[in-house]
Amino acid sequence: MIAVIDYDTGNLRSVANALGRLGAEYTITSSPAEIRSADRVLLPGVGEASSAMAKLRERGLIEVIRSLTQPVLGICIGVQLLCRHSEENDTECLGIFDNEVRKFDLPGLKVPHMGWNSLTHLRTPLFDGIEEGAYVYYVHSFAPTLNDDTIAITEYGYPFSAAIAKDNFFGTQFHPEKSASVGERLLQNFLKL
Amino acid sequence: MLAKRIIPCLDIKDGQTVKGIHFLGLREVGDPVELGRHYAQQGADELVYLDISATFEGRRTFTELVTRIAENINIPFTVGGGIASVDDAGRLLGAGADKVTVNSAAVRNPQLISDIASKYGNQFVVVAIDAKQVDGQWRVTTHGGRKFSERELFSWAHEAQERGAGEILFTSMDHDGTKNGYPCETFARLSDLLSIPVIASGGAGTIQHIADVLTLGKADAALAASIFHYGEIPIPTLKQALYQANIPIRL
Repeated sequence: MIAVIDYDTGNLRSVANALGRLGAEYTITSSPAEIRSADRVLLPGVGEASSAMAKLRERGLIEVIRSLTQPVLGICIGVQLLCRHSEENDTECLGIFDNEVRKFDLPGLKVPHMGWNSLTHLRTPLFDGIEEGAYVYYVHSFAPTLNDDTIAITEYGYPFSAAIAKDNFFGTQFHPEKSASVGERLLQNFLKL
Repeated sequence: MLAKRIIPCLDIKDGQTVKGIHFLGLREVGDPVELGRHYAQQGADELVYLDISATFEGRRTFTELVTRIAENINIPFTVGGGIASVDDAGRLLGAGADKVTVNSAAVRNPQLISDIASKYGNQFVVVAIDAKQVDGQWRVTTHGGRKFSERELFSWAHEAQERGAGEILFTSMDHDGTKNGYPCETFARLSDLLSIPVIASGGAGTIQHIADVLTLGKADAALAASIFHYGEIPIPTLKQALYQANIPIRL
C-alpha cells in the first residue's frame, strides 16, 4: 500500500490518478499510523512553503515524516519541504536534504518556470530506463540548490536540483504525474525501489 | 533547456468536441477523452479544453468530463469557458484540472484574476485575451469576439499579470480561423512586455506559421485546433520540423 500524504494542498488528485493509471494501490491519508505502516510514501502538493509546513505541523506529521524508513518521494512543494530551508517566506523545512530552496531570480527570466525542461546528470535507480536529456514537466517559482545528493539537474537560468536522494528519501521538483511516459517510468521505478 | 510547447485546443459542447470556424458554424470532431489521449501520445505538451456549452446541464456534463480527462491523461491540461467565480475555478480544480482560463468574466471583473490566483496560485490562472485591431489599436473583445470592451490588449495583459495571471493566451480575432499565420510583431511586443509565458492562438495554417510565432513572435507556446483535428498537420510532423529548425522542442 502507498500512502499519499493528505495535508490539504492541491494536486493530490493528480498524483492519485497517476498511481491509478499504473494499477498501484494507494490511500490518501493524514493518519500517522497509516503513513508509518505504508510500503511507500508520497508527499505531493502545490502551494506555498510556510503554509504547507504549518499544515504538516497541525496534523502532527513533522516527526512522522522525519522518522520514516520506507522509500519516500516528495514531489514539487514536497521535495522543497524535505529540504533544509526555503526562501519562500523564510521557512524552516524538514531538513532531510541539506539543500536550500531559492527563488528564480535573474533579469529576463520568466517566472514561474513552466513547461517541459530536460534532465541531465541522472543517477540512482529512480531514473532507470530514463535517458539523459529526457523532458519532464515543471511548474514552480522556487527550486532546490545543487549538492552531493542531487541525482538529476535541470537548467533554467542556472542549474538546480531536478531530483534529490538521501537514504530512503527521494524528491523531484518536476511533476512525474504530468510528465507523460517519462514520469510514468519514474513512478514505476519508485514503486520498485 | 525549456521547450516551446505545442498545445491542441478542444472546444467542448455538451460533452463533445467541436471546432468553431471564426467561432461560428460548429462541427463535431470526436470524443474529448479519446482525442486528448491521442494527442498526448502524439507528443502534445499540454491540452486545453474549452467549454462552449450554453446551458447549466452542459456545464455539469463538462465538470464530469474534466474528472474523466484527469483520470486518463498523463500531461497537463487547462480548462476554460464560462468561468465566472472562484467557486467555478475551485470546482474544476477539484475535478482535476491543472489550470483554468478566464476570459470575458475577467474583463468584466478583473478582481476575479486576483481572487483565483491568491486562492489557488498564479500557475493555476491563464488569462485568455481575444482582441481585434481597430484603427491601429488592439481592442479587447469578449463573448467570443462578438463584443468590444473598453480595454486595450497590452495594458490589459499587463494588468492581468500584475493581478496574478500565470500565463497569457492571446488570440487575434482578425487572424483566428484564417490559417494565414499569427501577427508576430504583436506577439513579440506582448512577450517583451510580460514576465509570464505567452501562448499564441488563432491563425496557424502551416508549420512555418508556428515556427514564426515561436521565434519572431517570441511566444512560449502555440495553441491550435483545426490543423490538428483534421489531421492537416500531425503533431509528430510539426514537432520534428520545429526541432530541425533549432527550436527547443520535446520530442
